[in-house]
Amino acid sequence: MFEDFFDVVKKRFNGSDDDYKPPMFKCPRCQETSPLSKYEELHRVCPKCNYHGRLSARERIAITADRDSFHEFDRDMKSLNPLDFPDYDEKQEELRESTDLNDAIITGTALIKGSPVVIGAMDSRYMMGSMGSVVGEKVTRAFEYATENGLPVVMFTASGGARMQEGIVSLMQMAKTSGAVKLHSDAGGLYISVMTDPTTGGVTASFASIGDIIIAEPKVLIGFAGRRVIEGTIKQRLPEDFQLAEFMHEKGFVDMIVERRKMRSVLSHLLKLHGFDRKEEV
Amino acid sequence: MDEKKTAWERLQIIHAKGRPTIRDYIPLIFTDFYEMHGDRLCGDDKAIIGGIARLCNRPVTIIAEVKGRDINENKACNFAMPHPEGYRKALRLAKQAEKFHRPVICFIDTPGAFCGVAAEERGQGEAIAKNIAEFMTLRTPVISIVLGEGGSGGALALGVCDELAMLENAEYSVLSPRGFASILWKDASREEEASGVMRITAEDMVALGVAEAIIEEPLGGAHNDLDKISENIKEYLSQKIPEKCKKDIDVLLKERYTKFRKIGAFTE
Repeated sequence: MFEDFFDVVKKRFNGSDDDYKPPMFKCPRCQETSPLSKYEELHRVCPKCNYHGRLSARERIAITADRDSFHEFDRDMKSLNPLDFPDYDEKQEELRESTDLNDAIITGTALIKGSPVVIGAMDSRYMMGSMGSVVGEKVTRAFEYATENGLPVVMFTASGGARMQEGIVSLMQMAKTSGAVKLHSDAGGLYISVMTDPTTGGVTASFASIGDIIIAEPKVLIGFAGRRVIEGTIKQRLPEDFQLAEFMHEKGFVDMIVERRKMRSVLSHLLKLHGFDRKEEV
Repeated sequence: MDEKKTAWERLQIIHAKGRPTIRDYIPLIFTDFYEMHGDRLCGDDKAIIGGIARLCNRPVTIIAEVKGRDINENKACNFAMPHPEGYRKALRLAKQAEKFHRPVICFIDTPGAFCGVAAEERGQGEAIAKNIAEFMTLRTPVISIVLGEGGSGGALALGVCDELAMLENAEYSVLSPRGFASILWKDASREEEASGVMRITAEDMVALGVAEAIIEEPLGGAHNDLDKISENIKEYLSQKIPEKCKKDIDVLLKERYTKFRKIGAFTE
């Protein structure tokens, strides 16, 4: 995102090209266009309609954690291929090269306005943020670390569900992660689950839905079953707002909807309300 | 036991009309079954039944996904696809079992949790997640048996247990082979091929650490000898339940957590 921004700035100041038009962002929701630089400056929120675009896991942590406070866990963990599924290894190699990731989540410790947390952020660019062995293990280890060290957990979810290519092994990650969340909870730990676009399937049916506090970004997709699957079952079109954050809020499964620009400050307040105040180091 | 059957052949057996359901098994395995109804929040889901019974004289709690034996029964039980209130009823009965120190026996037999508007509105994801988390620390022994279909999260919601047994022809999977072929190959007609790739059989479950035991079916499948298969299930349970009940509950819970904790395939 920053590269794009600097490109714009550079072109502006070099200023030789009179016909230069700044790159524009066309919002997929309202269809309006705005300068890309403005959209990026708002951390990928449409200035016209407040549409919240998707962030990468590293961008998410960069805008949430205090500068230089993030220490990553298990950076080199990579998935094996438990079903020997054709092309799965190749697909992952491609994604590792085209993204800054080894799988669909990064986890670690960080400070949020001085409060120490264990933080995780999923990344929908990596196989739709699906949960296989690595996501399951990293989430589980994050909660276990938090339990051992008396730390709260802030988890940003973005997932299409279970990682089909890992078959039943991916299903079992739901049990593993939810079990670790339960032990953290039983030990008195605070868990704030932040649902971002999209939070569906096996992640909704496991660790995403059992936070002490569940936050969602505006208008993000939250659900168990896919829209098309349900439409196929009931043989009719679903209303536009079905399974959006506001719908789940209305139905009582989301505590609050928080805009991206306010997220860091809301998280900080909630952490402090639970006694996690500024600390010199984690 | 006929070990040469492919996953696809086994799927034909468990989907065939006449495959015994939990309603066939209960009178042959248990005595004094009293069915309990409702989640105390919303309603009574007929896709999951539960209640109290005796297994060889010992009081136990039974929680089971119910398939119908004909179209009318299937309509009534929604083809064994539970809504959130089904999972919440299951959790209520599990908590009741914990209170009265009864072991819990879960019978899994579902294509999956129901995918519909009401299910989403009432929090299908939350209901499943909560069951998984709560069963992980339920302070009483839990044994789960997959009778036929173990479909995805809808099965796992009754599948967090101290020991999982598979009937010989049962399957357990992240999604149906048809769905799998449709998502990954954009071609639902390749379901037979998918069933071969997915590793869904009882032997696969034991190899992957998901299941601990396989309960042998009569030659050709459970439908060929209901008395025999019921006897096999009863024999398995009457050995396992006392064994788990004897264990210190904290040790049991640690082992339960570890069973799931170690499943995963990664390098670092």
